[in-house]
Amino acid sequence: MDKIKFDAWVGIFVAIGVISLLGLAMKVGNLTSNDIRETYSVIAHFENIGGLKPRAPVKGAGVVVGRVKSIIFDTEAYHAIVKIDIDKRYVFPKDTFANIYTAGLLGEQYIGLEAGGDMKNLSEGDRITQTQDAVVLEKLISQFLYTKASEED
Amino acid sequence: MKSLINFFEKVGFSVTSRIHRLGTATRLFFLILLASGESFKRFQLTMKEIYFTGVMSLVIIIVSAFFVGMVLGLQGYYTLQKYGSSEAIGVLVALALVRELGPVVTALLFAGRAGTAITAEIGLMKATEQLSAMEMMAVNPVGRIIAPRFWAGVIAMPILAAIFSMVGILGGYVVAVIVIGVDEGAFWSQMQANVDFRYDIVNGVIKSLVFGVACTIIALFEGYDAPPTAEGVSRATTRTVVTSSLVILGLDFILTSFMIGG
Repeated sequence: MDKIKFDAWVGIFVAIGVISLLGLAMKVGNLTSNDIRETYSVIAHFENIGGLKPRAPVKGAGVVVGRVKSIIFDTEAYHAIVKIDIDKRYVFPKDTFANIYTAGLLGEQYIGLEAGGDMKNLSEGDRITQTQDAVVLEKLISQFLYTKASEED
Repeated sequence: MKSLINFFEKVGFSVTSRIHRLGTATRLFFLILLASGESFKRFQLTMKEIYFTGVMSLVIIIVSAFFVGMVLGLQGYYTLQKYGSSEAIGVLVALALVRELGPVVTALLFAGRAGTAITAEIGLMKATEQLSAMEMMAVNPVGRIIAPRFWAGVIAMPILAAIFSMVGILGGYVVAVIVIGVDEGAFWSQMQANVDFRYDIVNGVIKSLVFGVACTIIALFEGYDAPPTAEGVSRATTRTVVTSSLVILGLDFILTSFMIGG
């Protein structure tokens, strides 16, 4: 009798635990949504990446299609080389535009891909040649002040 | 001069005795690993201990998780509302619970609820010479008494922590969505967008597993090492709570810095 009672209670306990963990994975975490498994990686060169970080989302038309894998500084050309993992399900033309945008006013930065018109598609190891840097607020403000000052002259 | 030497003697003694205890605890840990074959061959032994450490802790875990979640919901709402982003309340509650509060508070409650019981039980067994009696009957007390309790603690802790996180999030949901009226869709979708399975949930489970090992080994060691008197057992029980709490908080910092840095 006692044995059955212990077994039953431990069974219930473990079941609640498994349900909680599944609940965390499915309802709270992102295991079901944007699950990126097989990827191909491409690189892009930027003059300035702003606040872009590894694992930042890569979006096409607002949909998450990949993630930033790594960011390194190239000491020969003095710019940043960003490695991007894109989901195998999504293909982009070779002349795709890669821009660094900011989500919201103070949000995190992400890479937005805008498809070009090339017939060939990007494949493993390719380089995205057309890129646009992150907007640095200080630069923008100083440019604005500079043009204001020159107008007054 | 004499008092100076006395002072250094005291410092030296406290340092060496601590190192000695740490060594004994480590040896006990390896003894448990060596003798743990029986606790899986006769899983009924471990099962009974999971019942006492895990199932009996469910009530305190669920009730405190619900309140912790509700408080997080309230506090978070009043702060986030100032910045006009009260929808982010789901992310705040979920990340705080899954990453930190779930494993840590569960471990602290576990040390208080189950750790003390383990220490007192084993300390009393030693005081009444039940452990020696077992040895006389050629039964290894580490394999028969201690290893099942160790594995029960290690198995129960991650399950309790997962339950804590889930119930806490439900508590936050009750306050934020049902009582205050934050949009339900935003609550869950923001949460799903920002909680990563690998980086947040799995790391939380790893944390609770480490805390489970630490908590149980401390409770077992204090009981096994207790002087066989009423006073000794009571002191050992107190030490279990104090040491476990400190070790949990210290380990939490170390684990977090590894997980975030690495």
